[in-house]
Amino acid sequence: MTPSTLDAHVLARRGAFELDAEIRAAPTEVLAVLGPNGAGKSTLLRALAGLTPLAGGHVRLGGRVLDDDAAGIHTPPEHRGIGMVFQDYLLFPHLSALDNVAYGLRAQGLRRAAARRAAAPWLDRVGLADRSALRPRQLSGGQAQRVALARALALAPELLLLDEPLAALDAGTRLSLRTDLRRHLTSYGGPAVVVTHDAVEAMVLADRLVVLERGRIVQQGRPADVARHPRTDYVASLVGVNLYRGTARAGRVAVTGGGTLVTADRTADGPVYVALRPSAVALHRQPPTPGSPRNTWTGTVSALESVGDRVRVSVAGSLSVFADVTPAAAAELRLAAAAEVWVTVKAAELTVYPDQP
Amino acid sequence: MSGADRLAGRPPRRRAAAAPWPLAVPAVLGAAFLLLPLVGLLVRTPWRSLPDLVGDPIVRQALRLSLVSATLATALSVLLGVPLAWVLARTRLRGRFLLRALVTLPLVLPPVVGGVALLLALGRRGIVGRYLESWFGVTIPFTTTAVVLAETFVAMPFLVITVEGALRAADVRYEEASASLGASRWTTFRRVTLPLIAPSVLAGAVLCWARALGEFGATITFAGNFPGTTQTMPIAVYLALETDPDAAIALSLVLLAVSVAILVGLRHRIVRSGPAG
Repeated sequence: MTPSTLDAHVLARRGAFELDAEIRAAPTEVLAVLGPNGAGKSTLLRALAGLTPLAGGHVRLGGRVLDDDAAGIHTPPEHRGIGMVFQDYLLFPHLSALDNVAYGLRAQGLRRAAARRAAAPWLDRVGLADRSALRPRQLSGGQAQRVALARALALAPELLLLDEPLAALDAGTRLSLRTDLRRHLTSYGGPAVVVTHDAVEAMVLADRLVVLERGRIVQQGRPADVARHPRTDYVASLVGVNLYRGTARAGRVAVTGGGTLVTADRTADGPVYVALRPSAVALHRQPPTPGSPRNTWTGTVSALESVGDRVRVSVAGSLSVFADVTPAAAAELRLAAAAEVWVTVKAAELTVYPDQP
Repeated sequence: MSGADRLAGRPPRRRAAAAPWPLAVPAVLGAAFLLLPLVGLLVRTPWRSLPDLVGDPIVRQALRLSLVSATLATALSVLLGVPLAWVLARTRLRGRFLLRALVTLPLVLPPVVGGVALLLALGRRGIVGRYLESWFGVTIPFTTTAVVLAETFVAMPFLVITVEGALRAADVRYEEASASLGASRWTTFRRVTLPLIAPSVLAGAVLCWARALGEFGATITFAGNFPGTTQTMPIAVYLALETDPDAAIALSLVLLAVSVAILVGLRHRIVRSGPAG
């Protein structure tokens, strides 16, 4: 297979909702589209697959123009050479696992026996050679997911689309299949677009993240960069950091909506984001003694919840903040809803980056 | 509901409940009303002379004709009705609402009127029939073909509405999955859509067959009453009622027995297919 580049500008409308997203994927690149429910992720994927008509824009794959609204070109799904793994897999219930994988080859005109012979190695690759005769209803969720993947890959598609490939699975299966899926996506060798609302999934699977909110791309980049420098509250909450927006001048950031943060970085100037890890936030019941350059303010505990082996404390105040403390510290400080606390953050713990990438 | 359950599409199990009286009383009355005539039939059946009556060549001819023509009418209905249902359910054809109304018209039309309409269309002087005769020398009225056509006219709507309902309820995303695997719409229809709605096609075919078997008005109007070629069981029953009531009862019983045997044989599948196909 010749590696292809995906180059798409998708405009789609659904009632009042409008999707306007430009995405590119290099050959062999795995792109994750991350976003909250209703952001337009699935619409984007369906438009790429030709299942939802474009209201404008284009889809180009390798040397082919699949869609070009201006030129009136629209290639139907069956002629696009794009493989798709659907959210609940949509294995044909009346066909065995093997015949599901052989389906596309049969549709291309191969005879039943030949199609089965060609399909068998794909079932083997996803480790299900011994399940080939089973019907979809006899497969576990994880097995169904792998059959769906094999079914899409068997046609050597030029582009692979996956819609929430792990969302229908239980937590244990999801973890083991995630690694599996990453391996298959790498060996597949073409560009892939994975839609997910799970940040960890996106980080593990993708070479590059595209964050979609309300039909627009709000951020994209390498997973590590996106995690380190979130640009929206949604991304910040996904990767678990506090995010502030403000204006920097000489080591002080005037936060939009009130409050000032002292930062160690004195070079930043103008509109900036400030990211703060919850574990770097210290809480006190007494006014802290003044000392090294740091930020201090007061607030009220608004919520407490367990996150792993930590307690995440939400503090409302002039600057609202999440703090992660140990359960022991939470008990010692007698933290409870409505408790008054002092918040301190060392200047060096604040990551400052410009508003414009 | 776990992912595996959802994939398998198992409905949640409903607990058996005692019927509250506003449901129980009408239900009993309804069942009684439907069963009473059958009881009447059984009580009045001349059991002793039954073997002779059933063995009568005219009766056997009528029964064979009824079974053959109802089966042919059903086959024709499936052949034409399933594609028609697909067009109604899946395309955005302009005027499909009107088309659906017209297609289901035979359901409400008195069958005799249907027979008259068939005569006007396919009779010797009919708008199509006159050309059939002058160009091909084919005359349809008062032949076995006419019986099959009359039954198809009356029975096909049952199949069309059943299959159309199943197509609307079926998950279109399976068809999208098929398309994403490179299958044309025709391949998708044959290999995905049709297998998925097969139980409903069968249910529709059974309804259609049962309606065709009992067809009387359109058949006698369009095909007449010739023993061996157009005299079906219902017509034989009606005529026998005037000359030999016992024979009419015996014929009714035979028709009843055959219908019940076939419907009971298929009942399990029909019930299981349900509204979702």
